[in-house]
Amino acid sequence: MRIFMLGWEFPPFISGGLGTACYGLTKAMDQLGMEVTFVLPRMVESGYATHVRLLSPSSWTSAASFMFSGLKNVRFHAINSALEPYSTPDVYRRRIEETLRQKQKMHGGTISVSSQLNAGDDYSRDMYSEVHRYAAVAAELAKDEQIDIVHAHDWMTYPAGIAVAAISEKPLIVHVHSTEFDRSGEHVNQMIYDIEREGMERADKVIAVSHYTRSTIISRYGISGEKVEVVYNGVERNGNWSLAETGINTNEKIVLFLGRITMQKGPEYFLQAAKKVLEMIDDVKFVMVGSGDMMHRSIEMAAELGIGHKVLFTGFLRGEDVQKIYKMADLYVMPSVSEPFGIAPLEALNHDVPVIISNQSGVSEVLTHALKVDFWDTTEIANKIIAVLKYPPLQETLANHGNFEVRKLRWKDAAAKCVRIYEDTLVAV
Amino acid sequence: MTWVCFYFQVHQPMRLRHYTVFDNNDRYFDDYKNASICRKVANKCYLPANRLILDMIRQFDGRFKVAYSITGVLLEQLLSFSPEVMSTFDALAETGCVEFLAETYYHSLSFLYSRDEFVEQVNKHIETIDSFFGQKPRIFRNTELVYNNDLAALIESTGNFDAIITEGADHILGYRSPNFVYKPQNCNKLKLLLKNYSLSDDIAFRFSNRDWPQWPLTADKFAHWISNVNGNGNVVNLFMDYETFGEHQWEDTGIFDFMRHLPQEVLNHPDNNFKTPSEVVQCYQPVGTVDVPHIISWADIERDLSAWVGNAMQSNAIHELYRLEKKIKQTDDEKIIADWRKLQASDHFYYMCTKYFADGDVHKYFNPYNSPYDSYINFMNVLDNLHSRCSRLPGGEASFPTIKQNTAEGFLGAVSQNENTPDLQPAK
Repeated sequence: MRIFMLGWEFPPFISGGLGTACYGLTKAMDQLGMEVTFVLPRMVESGYATHVRLLSPSSWTSAASFMFSGLKNVRFHAINSALEPYSTPDVYRRRIEETLRQKQKMHGGTISVSSQLNAGDDYSRDMYSEVHRYAAVAAELAKDEQIDIVHAHDWMTYPAGIAVAAISEKPLIVHVHSTEFDRSGEHVNQMIYDIEREGMERADKVIAVSHYTRSTIISRYGISGEKVEVVYNGVERNGNWSLAETGINTNEKIVLFLGRITMQKGPEYFLQAAKKVLEMIDDVKFVMVGSGDMMHRSIEMAAELGIGHKVLFTGFLRGEDVQKIYKMADLYVMPSVSEPFGIAPLEALNHDVPVIISNQSGVSEVLTHALKVDFWDTTEIANKIIAVLKYPPLQETLANHGNFEVRKLRWKDAAAKCVRIYEDTLVAV
Repeated sequence: MTWVCFYFQVHQPMRLRHYTVFDNNDRYFDDYKNASICRKVANKCYLPANRLILDMIRQFDGRFKVAYSITGVLLEQLLSFSPEVMSTFDALAETGCVEFLAETYYHSLSFLYSRDEFVEQVNKHIETIDSFFGQKPRIFRNTELVYNNDLAALIESTGNFDAIITEGADHILGYRSPNFVYKPQNCNKLKLLLKNYSLSDDIAFRFSNRDWPQWPLTADKFAHWISNVNGNGNVVNLFMDYETFGEHQWEDTGIFDFMRHLPQEVLNHPDNNFKTPSEVVQCYQPVGTVDVPHIISWADIERDLSAWVGNAMQSNAIHELYRLEKKIKQTDDEKIIADWRKLQASDHFYYMCTKYFADGDVHKYFNPYNSPYDSYINFMNVLDNLHSRCSRLPGGEASFPTIKQNTAEGFLGAVSQNENTPDLQPAK
């Protein structure tokens, strides 16, 4: 089966759960022998903000093709685009303005009409136009492709999915890793909501990452339940990281928050719980790994609560640093306000770190060996944090059973379920 | 000739309320929940089942007999929440066809952790049964039918008992049948009654199971199975939770109708009869000795202790509990001692079991917690508070240590600096 997959991020540049999920799923599909054409947006920059390179106007459909070592059946097309996972219209606009300013500097201070046009070719100035421009490029790409089914991940790729499905006259699957209600609470961005809803309506099947998300899709987007299937995420088992010393020697217990520091992830509940924990026990540090639009607010809040000296902000970490932090941690806490799935707790358990997760998360549907709390119940969060730090048998039992449990959550099974959904869809069409 | 010996276990624990590390008071038990469960079970099981048994006894003019073992913690709850159940047990006691057995008052596993405490609880239970029902129990059954040779020896040495009851586990009997009276290893007078788990579980567990080839189980079918024992046994010991009637097996499964017809069906066979455990051991001499060097229980396929102390949390919680014994008793404070004893109910440890958790087993139904982890955390928070109550100085000048100090002490004292009882350390 040939799958045209509209996805996100591939190693080593993975910024969150969406990239992890796309990578895990695609890798497992490759192993199942599926032929995948994987299309992803890529900002044309080499990682240093001062070296922004823009492609020539002629390459407006420019899509770099490449293969990824280890994946035999997957071909990649990177489309030049400033779309990023977890972006918001405001962030997008600021980023484009920054890019143009950089470019202006490189071109000696004068910004010509033509270079503005150049920018417009590769990146639209607002996110909605960019999402649709991306769709046009993807559709152009798809013309030359043999496709059986189109699979689009999260809202920014839905217009592309719709376009490609229309051109190829093949069924569309949209995969919902999060909804606007998860990201923004009740203050939804109407345009994003409309794009999400249209994607779900036009899709032949909708895949939700949990029953939690499935019920949002049905109740908030009015999609018929028959169309919505649940495929849980898996977790990569990386058993080959070294057990060598991290060089960190401390008697202090470490409680970890790891994720984007945004409203959705509940950083303020983490800090309020931390405050309550510190009223009872001293030798504990709270480490917040990640960045996001609530990072500064969180730093301020830690100071306001008088626990600034007990809370460390590391910023965004990747690769080995993440492994290190897991190795140091005694406990992982995910107080998410609304979490469609939540891969990070699985990774924590993979590293033998016990987890506290909110009931408002999809992952709580699949984990039994985890402590579960309501995100707003900071007293209960603190109660459970203290219990884990205070009673080694609890920490041990949670970690052992939890580690065993996550081994059952495999990307292979997720991919196989997607394939079954493809087959059902193709039969129905 | 086959005798049928029914014994029903009657027990409800005192469930704890949600108790966080931030709570600092001695109200550990959830009175509301305990009252409502007690009343619910009384209405679904105790009252209708007692009425049924009483009817049967009257109808068969003393030929139908049963035995009960009622825990002290349940008697306390019945007195407070459902006193009408007490009067129906009274009526049963007065028929002369009902025997009451002895066990630990608090439904505890104290035999495994403190012999002194165990003996105190058994004596307290004997006194309580005597005062309520006018009988001094002569038969002992231990919590969860936990048993080994040492228990039998201890029970014999008290001089209070004629027999002891335990599980007729395959691995202790081998080729032998549970349908005879035996003698424990190293005992002279004490006799041993063994549960026929196959026939007991047909009623207690399989009765309403539609996947079971024998479903539906009718009274005449079951009476026929009992008659089949003729020639290959003297007594069929049917031991089960009393809550089987109406609670584990709901009324609409037909469990009460089954019970209503069973005595007639059994007695239709002229060789069969119902007897109480005491009558059984008075009439039969042991046919052999049963050697049980290792602990057994009536739980699960393993018939071991893994349901209560199988994981690190359970083991830690129960060790920490019994480690407080000396301190608790030194306070000489009745309330503190009673609270400590109520925490000994085996149910608290059963809730922490992770064995079945993942399978969403039937055990969930009896568990007031969402997870074994929540139950451990709650229990340990309560225990920590109980501990802090012991440390307060006697004589009015109570020092009320700050919560922080308490916790730090619990943190170090309870977990890592455990100098006199190294075996109580959690498994590393």
